Amino acid sequence: MMAAEESGDASRTLVAQANAALAARARWSPLEIAFWLAAAASIFLFPTKHLILTEIAILGLFALSLDLLLGYAGIVSLGHAAFFGFGAYAAGLLAKYHVVNEPVLALLASGIATMLLGFVTSFLVLRGSDLTRLMVTLGVALVLREIANRLEITGGADGLQGIVMDPILGRFSFDIYGHVAYVYSLIMLFALFLVARRIVNSPFGLSLRSLKGNPLRAAAIGIHVNGRLVAIYTIAAGYAGIAGALLTQTTQFASLSVLDFERSADVLLILIIGGTGYLYGGLIGAVLFKLMQDWLANLTPQYWQFWIGLILVIIVLVGRDRITRTTDPIRALVQRATDRVWSGVRGSG
Amino acid sequence: MALVLQTVDLQKRFGGIVATNDVSLSIEKGARHALIGPNGAGKTTVINLLTGVLRPTGGRILLEGEDITDLEAHKRVHLGIARTFQINQLFPDLTPLETIGLAVSERLGMGGQWWRLVGSKSAVVEQAVEVLDRFHLADVMHERTATLPYGKQRLVEIALAIACRPNVLLLDEPAAGVPEAERHDILAAVAALPKDVTVLLIEHDMDLVFSFADRISVLVNGELFVEGAPEDVARDPRVKAVYLGEEADA
Repeated sequence: MMAAEESGDASRTLVAQANAALAARARWSPLEIAFWLAAAASIFLFPTKHLILTEIAILGLFALSLDLLLGYAGIVSLGHAAFFGFGAYAAGLLAKYHVVNEPVLALLASGIATMLLGFVTSFLVLRGSDLTRLMVTLGVALVLREIANRLEITGGADGLQGIVMDPILGRFSFDIYGHVAYVYSLIMLFALFLVARRIVNSPFGLSLRSLKGNPLRAAAIGIHVNGRLVAIYTIAAGYAGIAGALLTQTTQFASLSVLDFERSADVLLILIIGGTGYLYGGLIGAVLFKLMQDWLANLTPQYWQFWIGLILVIIVLVGRDRITRTTDPIRALVQRATDRVWSGVRGSG
Repeated sequence: MALVLQTVDLQKRFGGIVATNDVSLSIEKGARHALIGPNGAGKTTVINLLTGVLRPTGGRILLEGEDITDLEAHKRVHLGIARTFQINQLFPDLTPLETIGLAVSERLGMGGQWWRLVGSKSAVVEQAVEVLDRFHLADVMHERTATLPYGKQRLVEIALAIACRPNVLLLDEPAAGVPEAERHDILAAVAALPKDVTVLLIEHDMDLVFSFADRISVLVNGELFVEGAPEDVARDPRVKAVYLGEEADA
C-alpha cells in the first residue's frame, strides 16, 4: 500500500518534471525580448534609415520562410525566390487592377495564392535527394521567371508599373520616407514570426525535426512524412509570398528581379550567416548581410561582391559550429538567468 | 487461434539477387515467434517488407485477413504494426521525452497539430513518462539522445516501438550490442507485454530465442527452411547442419 502510493508520487513528480521541461522550451528568453525591443526601438532611433530597414525586415521574413524549410524540415532549396516573386507579382496585380485595395487584405490574399503554388510544387520535392531538390526548386524558379518575362499582364522586362497603394486599413498612407512602410513591415514580420514560433514549438514542429533527423524512423512510428513535408512547404511558400508582396507594396513596383536566381542564393547565404533551426538565424543574418553589403558597397563600390564572397567562404570554412561553440557558454548563462527569472515570477505570483 | 499476420509467397528481388524467396509465414495472435537464420539469410528484409520500408516484387501480406501489401509504412503503424531496428534509428537531436512523446501523440492522432504547444496535452506527457519510467529512462529523459550511452539508446529504440502500443511487434535483434545487465531490462519489458500482443523476434542469441519463443521459423538464403516448435527445430538435423556449417566457416 505504502509502496504503491510512493510510486504514484514518484511518477507524478516525473510527469511534473517533464511538463516543466517541455514548457521551458517555448518560453521567451530575455535575449528574444531584447531582440524585439531593439527592433521596435529602431523605428524611433533611426528615422532616416527606414528604407533600408524595410528591406532588412522583408529579407528577414523571406529568410525566416526558408528556415522553416531548411532548418526544421531539412528541405534545401535553390529556388525559393519563386514564391517571393509570385507573391510580389500577386500583390502588384491585386493593387494595379483594384481587385483588393486594402494592403493588409491584399497581403493575405497574395500569401494564400502563393501557398497554393507551394502546395502544388511541393509534390516535386518529396522524392529525391538534396541534389534533386536543389535542381527542382531551381527549375521551378527559372520557369516562373520566364513566364513573368513573357506574359503581358506582368509587364515583362519592364516590370509591373503603375501600382498605387491605398492607405493601410484605410488610414495610414505610405509616405516617401518609408516610415509607414517600415512600421507596417515590422508588424507583419513580428506577427508572422509569432505564428512560426508557435508552429515550431507544436507537435507538428517537433515531428518536422524528427523526420529531418530520420525519416525512416519517423515513418516507423506512424508519422506521415510526405504529408508533413507538403504542409511545411506550403506554409513556407506562403511566408515567402507575403515577403514578396510586402516588397511590392512598400516599393509600389514589381520587376523580374523578384524572381532572380540571385535572390534565391542570397536568402540561402543569409541563413548560413545567421544559422538555421532557431528562427532568429534568418533575421540576424538579414541584418548582417544587408549591413555588410551596404558597408562594403560604400567602401569599395566596384568590388564589394569580392569581399562578401570572401567573407562567406570564411564563414563556411570556419564553420558555424565553431562559432556557436564559442557563444555556447553565453547562451547557457542566459538560459540559467531565464530560468531564475521565471521561477522568481512564479514564486511571487 | 486466429492468424494475425500472414505472408503469401512473399518475394523480393534486388536486380538478380533474390533476397526473399516465396516466404509464406503464418503468425498467430499472441504468438512469440522467432525468425532465425545465418547472416545474410534475409531476415531483416522480411521485416522491411512487413513494415512497408520495402515493396515486395511478389506475394502478399495480410494483417488480420486484410491485404496491406501496398499500404504506406506510417499507415501500417496506425493499424498496429511497430518495429525496432537492428541498428538504432533514433532522432539524435531530440530528447528521449520528445522522442517517445512523438510516438504517443501520433498514436493519439495529435501529431499534426500546429496550433498548440508540445506538452500541453497531459495524456501525451503522462503516457510518454510511463513508458520512459518502465525502461529506466526517466533520469535521462531531458538529455539529447545522441549523448546517451549505447545501452540507453538501445532502450530508447525499444521503448519507441512499445510507445506505439502495437498489436504486432517486430523486434530486429533487440539485444544486439547491449551489455548483459541492460539486456535483462529489454527482455523483461518485452516479456511484460500483454499476452495478446504478437511478437516476431529476430535474434542470434540462441539461449534468448529458445527461452522466449513458442514457435520458430528458420530462414536460409531467403527461403523458409524449417518451421516448428522450439524443441522440434532444436532437434532438426538440417538446422544443426546450417548452423554448424556456419560455425565451421567462421
